[in-house]
Amino acid sequence: MDNLLSLFYENREFIFLIIVSIFLGIEVISNVPAVLHTPLMSGANAIHGVVIIGSIIIMLEADPTNYFALGLGFLAVVLGTLNVVGGFVVTNRMLEMFKKKEK
Amino acid sequence: MTSILGLSLLELCYIIASVTFIFGLKMLSSPDKARKGNLIAAYGMGIAIIATILFKEELTPEKWPNYALILAGLVVGTVIGTRMALKVKMTAMPQMVSFFNGMGGACAAVISLVEFDHLMHAGQVELGMMIVIILGLIIGSVSFSGSIIAYGKLEGKIADRALPAGQVINIVLLLAILGLGAFIVWSGSTSPIYIYALLAISLLYGVLFVMPIGGADMPVVISLLNSFTGMAAAFGGFLYDNQAMLTGGILVGSAGTILTVLMCTAMNRSLTNVIIGSFGGNSAAGGESGEEGSIKEITVTDAAILLAYANKVMVVPGYGLAVAQAQHTIHNLEKLLDDKGVEMNYAIHPVAGRMPGHMNVLLAEADVPYPKLLEMEDANEAMASTDVVLVIGANDVVNPAAENDPSSPIYGMPIVKVLEAKNVIVMKRSMGKGYAGIENKLFYHDKNRMLFGDAKDSIEKLISEVKNL
Repeated sequence: MDNLLSLFYENREFIFLIIVSIFLGIEVISNVPAVLHTPLMSGANAIHGVVIIGSIIIMLEADPTNYFALGLGFLAVVLGTLNVVGGFVVTNRMLEMFKKKEK
Repeated sequence: MTSILGLSLLELCYIIASVTFIFGLKMLSSPDKARKGNLIAAYGMGIAIIATILFKEELTPEKWPNYALILAGLVVGTVIGTRMALKVKMTAMPQMVSFFNGMGGACAAVISLVEFDHLMHAGQVELGMMIVIILGLIIGSVSFSGSIIAYGKLEGKIADRALPAGQVINIVLLLAILGLGAFIVWSGSTSPIYIYALLAISLLYGVLFVMPIGGADMPVVISLLNSFTGMAAAFGGFLYDNQAMLTGGILVGSAGTILTVLMCTAMNRSLTNVIIGSFGGNSAAGGESGEEGSIKEITVTDAAILLAYANKVMVVPGYGLAVAQAQHTIHNLEKLLDDKGVEMNYAIHPVAGRMPGHMNVLLAEADVPYPKLLEMEDANEAMASTDVVLVIGANDVVNPAAENDPSSPIYGMPIVKVLEAKNVIVMKRSMGKGYAGIENKLFYHDKNRMLFGDAKDSIEKLISEVKNL
């Protein structure tokens, strides 16, 4: 219990940030028209590709002889890049079609 | 560690990235700004990635293999990701999003594995770190295997399959995951056996969780898995004290959850049902199977006459339109009818197709003007003054059982009320049931006529008939 409480205390700012971000996320998308649901989902999908930063940090911190970390880190960088690049490109393709029509 | 200057720059870049994510998501909610919003978020992501590589650690010569591998990974991922994203057909968009989502989940799971290994060698275990690593691993791997199954199902490579007692198995697996996760955290055990067992069970749970779910429910699942990956990314942010990962992950986690809830509400399902993985698979058991009345077919010529002499026509598109790739053809019919003074609009049910907004994207590809795409409420209001409703490859979203048959599994789901119009024509390939596997009484209704055949073929025939009139 003490462990948990001190964990809470040490991370109180993070927890605060999390709560605010949750409400922000809800607020930001609350009035999206149904028309844009698919691009929105796809765009959000690209944004959670930020995990790639974690994989880059792994690679940066890994000892150059730690093949386990380097190998898996490399895999994670590839996977994360797929998520980010694929996600943004696909979203852009969808939205391009909306734009063309406005002319 | 690098200099104070480098670290400050790094944090600054993370703040910029976080702001671009928020703005990007916000702008994605209005049609004319959406594209710009997506680009802004993409730039923010680029800044965060480059800043991490440059400022996170001091650039030292002995680490050159690390940097080389990072760059190689970025190049490989970019080349493959761009190619896939550019090659995919508009109709296959949902499974593409699901696939990329799975990649993000896998990335999060792999990060957790490496960090666990790190803890193992460090010898000392911090409670907070352990919790975050375990949660990231569980959610990341469920999201990965679930997304891949969803991808396979939408591609038609994996059939719907409900295990006997699937629900029980899923609950047992879920309890096993939570139990094992809690055990690792509390015991502080760094034995690799437990962590790989946890990985295996989580992957299995992801598979079994998506496996029995039918197509009509797939949008909900993809949205849910999307928010899972967001959460997994947020746990990564915790692990590394990283603001960009934290904000990006939580934003997507909460936005995705809300989107999921909105979709559930539209379909009259509860989120609990989704998580336990019970829906879709057994829905065929519900509903009455007794067929009443007879089906009346309509010839292409008669249908063309009906359309050409109507004042107002409403198209209700569904997944069948996507499968037949008929979005351009239907737009041609719309233009042709427009020349003849017939007003044609589209009624878009929130869960038509395999993803929310799926129909909008498809019809936008075919240059159908925005104002012609009516949301369900507006479409239903216009129904009474509509002469002909053309249902193209949609089934469950126009099934009157949702309104008048309490025993039906879709009872309570809002539908497009096509029967309020004067005439209904349903275009279908055969008398097969909808994706949810429920009988549709609409087909036997007096007002309804069936036009069998491939949607694209039939519409093309309609076009030439209308031209000949």
